[in-house]
Amino acid sequence: MTSVTLPAIGVVLPELLLAVGSLALLLIGAVRGDRASGLVNALALVLLVLAGIAVAFQGPEKIVAFNGSFVLDGFARFWKLLALIGSAAAIAMSREFFVRERLDKFEFPVLVLLSTLGMLLMISADSLLILYVGLELQSLAIYVIAAFDRDNARSTEAGLKYFVLGALSSGMLLYGSSLVYGLTGSIVFSDIAAALAGGHGVLFIFGLVFIIAGLAFKISAVPFHMWTPDVYEGAPTPVTAFLAAAPKMAAMALIVRVLMGVFPAIVDQWQQIIVFVALASMALGSFAAIGQRSIKRLMAYSSIGHMGYALVGLAAGTPQGVEAVLIYTAIYLATTLGAFAGILALRNGNVYVDRIDDLAGLSRSQPALAFFFAMIFFSFAGIPPWAGFFGKLYVFGAAIEAGLYTLAIIGVLTSVVGAFYYLRVVKIIYFDEPKAPYEPMTPVLKLVLGASSVVVLLFWVLPAPLVGAAAVAAKSLF
Amino acid sequence: MFGLGILSGLLLLPLVGAAVILTLRGDDAAVQSNARSIALATTIITFVVSLVAWGRFDAADPAFQLVETHPWLAESVTFKLGVDGFSFPLVLLTTFLMPFCIAASWNSITSRVRAYYVAFLVLETTLLGVFVALDLVLFYVFFEAGLIPMFLIIGIWGGKRRIYASFKFFLYTLLGSLLMFLAILAMYWQAGTTDIPTLLAFKFDPNLQIWLWLAFFASFAVKMPMWPVHTWLPDAHVEAPTAGSVILAGIMLKMGGYGFIRFSIPMFPDASVYFQPLVFALSVVAIIYTSLVALAQQDIKKLIAYSSIAHMGFVTMGLFTLTQQGIQGAMFQMISHGLVSGALFFAVGIIYDRMHTREIAAYGGLVHRMPHYAVAFMIFTMANIGLPGTSGFIGEFMTLAGAFRANPWVAFFAATGLILSAPYALWLYRRVIFGPLEKESLKSILDLDRREIASVLPLILLIIWYGVRPDDILNVFAPATEHLLKSTEAALALVKTAAVTVQ
Repeated sequence: MTSVTLPAIGVVLPELLLAVGSLALLLIGAVRGDRASGLVNALALVLLVLAGIAVAFQGPEKIVAFNGSFVLDGFARFWKLLALIGSAAAIAMSREFFVRERLDKFEFPVLVLLSTLGMLLMISADSLLILYVGLELQSLAIYVIAAFDRDNARSTEAGLKYFVLGALSSGMLLYGSSLVYGLTGSIVFSDIAAALAGGHGVLFIFGLVFIIAGLAFKISAVPFHMWTPDVYEGAPTPVTAFLAAAPKMAAMALIVRVLMGVFPAIVDQWQQIIVFVALASMALGSFAAIGQRSIKRLMAYSSIGHMGYALVGLAAGTPQGVEAVLIYTAIYLATTLGAFAGILALRNGNVYVDRIDDLAGLSRSQPALAFFFAMIFFSFAGIPPWAGFFGKLYVFGAAIEAGLYTLAIIGVLTSVVGAFYYLRVVKIIYFDEPKAPYEPMTPVLKLVLGASSVVVLLFWVLPAPLVGAAAVAAKSLF
Repeated sequence: MFGLGILSGLLLLPLVGAAVILTLRGDDAAVQSNARSIALATTIITFVVSLVAWGRFDAADPAFQLVETHPWLAESVTFKLGVDGFSFPLVLLTTFLMPFCIAASWNSITSRVRAYYVAFLVLETTLLGVFVALDLVLFYVFFEAGLIPMFLIIGIWGGKRRIYASFKFFLYTLLGSLLMFLAILAMYWQAGTTDIPTLLAFKFDPNLQIWLWLAFFASFAVKMPMWPVHTWLPDAHVEAPTAGSVILAGIMLKMGGYGFIRFSIPMFPDASVYFQPLVFALSVVAIIYTSLVALAQQDIKKLIAYSSIAHMGFVTMGLFTLTQQGIQGAMFQMISHGLVSGALFFAVGIIYDRMHTREIAAYGGLVHRMPHYAVAFMIFTMANIGLPGTSGFIGEFMTLAGAFRANPWVAFFAATGLILSAPYALWLYRRVIFGPLEKESLKSILDLDRREIASVLPLILLIIWYGVRPDDILNVFAPATEHLLKSTEAALALVKTAAVTVQ
C-alpha cells in the first residue's frame, strides 16, 4: 500500500485549487446569497488564473501518480491551459449578460469551476475510472448551467435534452469501459495497452467502439451531434460560449490520449472509425449550416464541422497528426471565444442579437467590431493569412503524410461549402444596408475579442510559440 | 533596415499606407481627400521602391536575386522572398498599375472611401507577395489572401449583381486553390521542404507528377482563366468597379500564368509534356470560342472580359510549347495584356463615370465630343487586336511562332482566333466612337480632363514603346527562359534514359 506523499499534492495542485476553491465559493454564496454573485464571479476568475499559473509552473517531466490512475505530462499541461482559458473567458463574458437578464446567481461560476475540475481530471486521466469520474463531473455541471435560465422553456429544454442524451452516451462509455476491463483485467491505461500488445478479440473492438461513441458525443462529432444545435440555441449565450470552448478541449484531449496512448497497437481498427466520423462531421457541419438563420445554431454546426477537421489530424494516427490536433484545437478555441465575444457584444438594451440578419451593415455602425468579426469568420473558413488556415494546413498535412488522400480531398471540398456560409455572414456584415446600431462593447468583451483577434490575425506573423508548444506537447505522448 | 530587405519593404509599404489611412480622424470630406492622397502617395512610393530594386537586379543572371529569409512556420518552411527574370517584370507591372487604379477611383468612389483605399493597398501587398514569395506555403498564403480584399471590393463597391459576382469569384477560385493546397502538402512530405529553389531542383516521381500537375492546374486554370472554367471572370469584371477590373485583368489573371511557369513546368516537366495536348486544346478552344462569344456581347466590360480570356489562351498555349519563343512570347503577352486590358478598362471607366451605363447601344458618335478620348481608345483597341507597332503584336506573334514549332495545327487554329479578335474590337470601337451623335444624353459629354489624360498617357507611351522595342522586356525573360528550358530538358532526358535502362 503506497501512501499519498507530498509530491503527489504538487502534481494535482491545479485540481486541488479548483476543488477547494469551488467549495469555499459555494460557502460564500450559501451564506451571503445572490448578493455575492459578483464577488464569487471575480474569485472564480482568480481561481482559474491561479490554476493556470500552477499548470504553467509544473515541471516538464512525465509523472504518474495515484497508483497509475493520474498522469501529468506535457500533453496534459497544454490541454489544461486551453481548458482553463476557455472557462475563464466564459466566466468573464457571462457577468454582464446574466446581470442584464437578471440571472446573476452565484451558482454559475461555481458550477463552471466544478465542470473545469472535471475537465482537468479528464485530461490527466490515466485509468478508465478517472476518465469516467472526470467526464461525469464535467457533464453534470454543464447539464445544470444549460438549463440556467429556468423560466425559459428553451433553456430548460436544452438542459433536459443534453442530460438525457448525455446520460445515454455516458452509459455507452461505461459499457465499453466494462468490456475493456473485463477483457484485460485492468482499468489502468498502461496495463490495458500492455495486454493489447498480446493480441485482442472482436469483443475488445466492440468495447473500443462504445468508448469512442461516448467520447464522440462530448465533442459533438457526427453521428452523435444531434443535441448540439438545440442545446447551443437554447442555453444562455455565455453558457453556449462555454460549451463551445472548454469541454471540447477536454474531450478532444481524452480521445487523443485514449486512442493514441492506449490503443496504438490497433490503429488500423480505430482509424476507419475516426475517418468516418471526421468525414461525416465535416460534411454535416458544412451542409447543414447553410440553411441556418440563428447565429447560435450556425455556431453549433460550425463547431461540429471544426471537430471534424480536428479529427482529420487524429485519423492520421501519427505524431504529426497529434501535433496538428493540438494546433487546430488551440486556434479553434481562440477563434470561437472571439466569435462569442462578438455575439455577446451585439445588444440593444436587453435584447441580444439572435438572427444572422441582425448583423446587417455592422461595418457602418461599428467598423472595428465588424472587421474583427469578419476576420474571425474568414479564419473559420480557413482563408489565409488568418490562423484558421494554418490549423487546416497542419491537419491536412498530417492526413496527406499518412496517405489519407480521399479524406483530405473530401475535407477540402467540404471546406469550400463551409466557406459559403461563413462568407454569407461577411456579406451580411459588409454588403447589406445597416439596421439599428448596437450599443458599444463592454471592456471585458473588448478584452476577450482583442485577445482572440491577436491570435487569429497575427498568428501568421509569429507562429513559432504555439507551434513549438504543440510539438513539445505532442512529443510527450509518444 | 530592421534586418529586412527591399522586397519586405515592398510588401510592408502598402500596409503602412493602409494603417495611416485607418488612423485618419476628422470630418468626412477631409478624411476622404486625405485617404485618396495617402493612397496615391503610397502606391507611387511603392513604385519608386520597386524601381530602386530593379536597379539592384541583374537581368543577365537566371538565379533568384534580392533573396531574404526569415524564420517562420518551421525550419523548412520559411518566410523567403526573392525575384528572378519571370517574377520581377510582374512585380513592376503591379506597382506600375496601382497608382492608376487609385487615380481611376478618384471621383468614382464616393461611399466608404477610406475602407476602399485600405482594401486596395492590402490587395497590393498580397499581389506583390504572390510574385516575390520563394516558399510554397508563403506563396499560397498570398495567393489566397488576395481573395479577401477583392471579394470586398467587388461586393461593396460593385454594380447591381455585385453579391452574386463576388461569391462566384471567391468560391470558384477557392475551390481550385484548395486542390493545389493538398498538392503543396504532398510535395512537402516528398521533398521535406517548401523552399521553391530547392523544389525546382527536386525530381518528383513521374507518376506523382501527374497528380500534382492536375492539382496545380485546377488552381491556375481557374485563375487564368482557361475555358471551360472561365465563367466567373465575365461576372466579376462586369460588376467590379473600374479599378477592380483593372487589377483583375491586369494582375490577378497573370497569377495563373506565373504559376504555370514557376511551378507546373519546371517542377513537373514530365507531366507538362504529358498534358501538353490538353493545354493546347483548351487554349485553342478558348481563343476561338471566347472570341466568338465576345462578338455577341452588349456590355462593353463583358466584351473586354471575353477578349481577356482569349488573350490568356495565347499565354497558356505559348507556355506549354516549351520553346524559347513560346515562353518568352507568353511572358511578354502577360505584361502587354496587363497594360492593354488595364488601359481598356480605364477607358471604359472614363465613359462609365460620365454616363453610368456600360451598354454599347447607349453610346455612339463620341468622336464628335471627345476627340482625345477617341484617339486613346483607338490605340488601346489596336493594341488589343495585336496591330504591329503595339505591344499586343509581339506576344501573339511569338507565341504563334513557338506553337508552330511545337505543333503547326495548334498554330493554325490559334491564328484564326487572331483574326476573330479584330471584328469584335473594331465593331466595339465603331459603335461607341463613330457614327452620328444622336443620343441627347451624349450631346453634353466632356472630353478627358487633366487627371484622365495624365493617367492615360503613360499607358499609351508604354504600349507603343514595347511594341517598337520589345527587347527591353524580352531580355529580362531570356536568361530565365533559357535556364528553365535547359533544366526541363535535362529532367526529361533523365527520365528517358531511365526508361531505356529499365528496358
